[in-house]
Amino acid sequence: MSAPVIWILIPLLAGVLILLFLPERMSAVAGGIVSLILSFVAVMLPIDTALLLGTLSIKISASVQVFGRSFELNTADGTLLIIIYGLAALWFFGTEASGTANRFVSLGLMIVALLTASIAVEPFLFAALLIEMAAMLVVPLLVPQYQKPGRGVIRFIIYQTLAMPFILFAGWMLAGVEASPGDIGLTTQAGTMLGMGFAFLLGIFPLYNWIPMLTEEASPYVTGFLLWALPTFTVIFALGFLDRYTWIRTSPQLSGAIQFAGVLMVVSGGIFASTQKHIGRIMGYAAIAETGLLILAMGLKSIEIVNVTFLLLIPRGLELAVWALGLSVIKREAFSLQFSEIRGMVRKFPIAVTAIILAHLSMTGFPLLAGFPSRLALWHELANQSLVTSFWIFLGLLGLLISAIRTLAVFVMAEENTAWSWNESWIQAGMLTLGVIGLFILGLIPQTLQPFLSKLPELFEHLSQ
Amino acid sequence: MALNIVSWIAVILILVASCMMFINRDWRMQLGALAVQYLSAFWLVTLHLPFAMAAAKLVTGWMVVAALGMTRLSLSNLEEKEDTLGQRGQWFSIILIAIVVFVTAGATPRIEAVVPGLGLQVIAGSLLLIGTGLIHLGLTSDILRVTLGLLTILTGFEVIYAALESSILVAGLLAITSLGLGLIGSYLLTAGSSTTEIVDEEQLL
Repeated sequence: MSAPVIWILIPLLAGVLILLFLPERMSAVAGGIVSLILSFVAVMLPIDTALLLGTLSIKISASVQVFGRSFELNTADGTLLIIIYGLAALWFFGTEASGTANRFVSLGLMIVALLTASIAVEPFLFAALLIEMAAMLVVPLLVPQYQKPGRGVIRFIIYQTLAMPFILFAGWMLAGVEASPGDIGLTTQAGTMLGMGFAFLLGIFPLYNWIPMLTEEASPYVTGFLLWALPTFTVIFALGFLDRYTWIRTSPQLSGAIQFAGVLMVVSGGIFASTQKHIGRIMGYAAIAETGLLILAMGLKSIEIVNVTFLLLIPRGLELAVWALGLSVIKREAFSLQFSEIRGMVRKFPIAVTAIILAHLSMTGFPLLAGFPSRLALWHELANQSLVTSFWIFLGLLGLLISAIRTLAVFVMAEENTAWSWNESWIQAGMLTLGVIGLFILGLIPQTLQPFLSKLPELFEHLSQ
Repeated sequence: MALNIVSWIAVILILVASCMMFINRDWRMQLGALAVQYLSAFWLVTLHLPFAMAAAKLVTGWMVVAALGMTRLSLSNLEEKEDTLGQRGQWFSIILIAIVVFVTAGATPRIEAVVPGLGLQVIAGSLLLIGTGLIHLGLTSDILRVTLGLLTILTGFEVIYAALESSILVAGLLAITSLGLGLIGSYLLTAGSSTTEIVDEEQLL
């Protein structure tokens, strides 16, 4: 058995089987268990290493050939697979509680499998095609059969599709740059192409307008999943470029452009979030600001790039899952997530509201919560490079904090003498509580991530030197 | 020589099909134009890829046309959307296409000079497709036209990328992407329309 078969083909087939054969109520558990098993297998069975079980020798080979190209998952990818499938399990187990439709789990598994294929494919720039395919699979989740598609989903598919040609062209040009590194014209063109590709993929200012639109028009849980999955794998893809092509990291112009894009994302995301009156859109802008932080982490001139980036990525999955689940619970009662519709909700849904506020505060980098250690680490590295950049990041995060306080104020604006009640189901309360506990654990004991973080730099050898 | 002439005819066909798709508001004509585009793109792709691989692209493209056509046909009881540009807008469309043609004419020899061996016809055809596709996306939010725009851009990209990368895996993934885009377009066209259809069926009964 080879690693790509286990972590790409099996989840892909599992997704198809769940879609075709399993009833709705079983799909969440089935998808969650499949993901959990895949994560567990990644813990127990290191790739490309022989294991002796009594007289039985087991070895998972690293690669598989498809049409003359290979899909490779090496020993170093094991840690990444644990994180990816562990977080995916969390999302799938939460499906039942969020009330999201059956095909979320099946299509979600296929999406995660395709995105895993994107980190396995060689040459790695073909990942752009697999990311595009994953983006297309998200569309049926975003637009249920009974709903007219909004502008957000159309822009989303346009931008994701436009990203692919730019990245493939850039990949071809980069081969030329490797052959003749002194050709400034070619280097500039390749850098511009690559920048455009990632700007479309990650939704860099001003190409992120689809995100708040989607968070308003689509299911919060599905949008949350999308905002977790696609940027996570895109960032890993981008780290691959940074690792492989040294000149991208060392070029002062490109490095400056990456930093500028990151700052713009954080500041605009934070400021726009503070002016919104729709809690779904606020989540969208918070995700934008967080993507900005990821971009800033990738632009660091430090050997800590990989550590800081993954320190941001891992809690992001948990924060978005908790936030999106909380919003889904509220949306089932309020129908719209406008401030006017959710006033006083804390008395009806205390656990969901607490979870939303804590996830929001975590994204602002509030102490004791999951987002704090990563922001502290990023700030520390940034302050060594530029105090001005650090100040702008502070402004962006302040915007997010203001939006958290406004949201909290609206949630507690209940009519006088409204009785407290508990309207979450047991499963919703359980999932949200687990998520909140996770936020505190990652905030109070960030060392829990150390076993993963210590191995991740092996994935990107040059970045960590 | 004959090969060159046929290739230039393919480029002219692309231009005519793109104009038709852009200016004509009848979805049948638009899908017909898309089918012609795929045929022309197929010819240009055969200049760099084996016939079988190019044929796979053509078949995929026509499958997309069929999928979109079947979907649109099933929605024919719905009202035709109003033309956003109007009659006067047709002149605007023609001017935009003229700009794309001028840009293509200017850029083609330059690109050929930078990347020799691609072939003027391949570059010109590809740029025309990408340019008209971008115009489509810039001017409309109608789902069918957006899908046509994206497919046109993707076809243009496939034409030029076939000259740079001959991997079967990439060709296969690009074909899946085209097919996927067509199916997504079909899905979005039908999404939300079921209620209307049920009402119409009830009225018929």
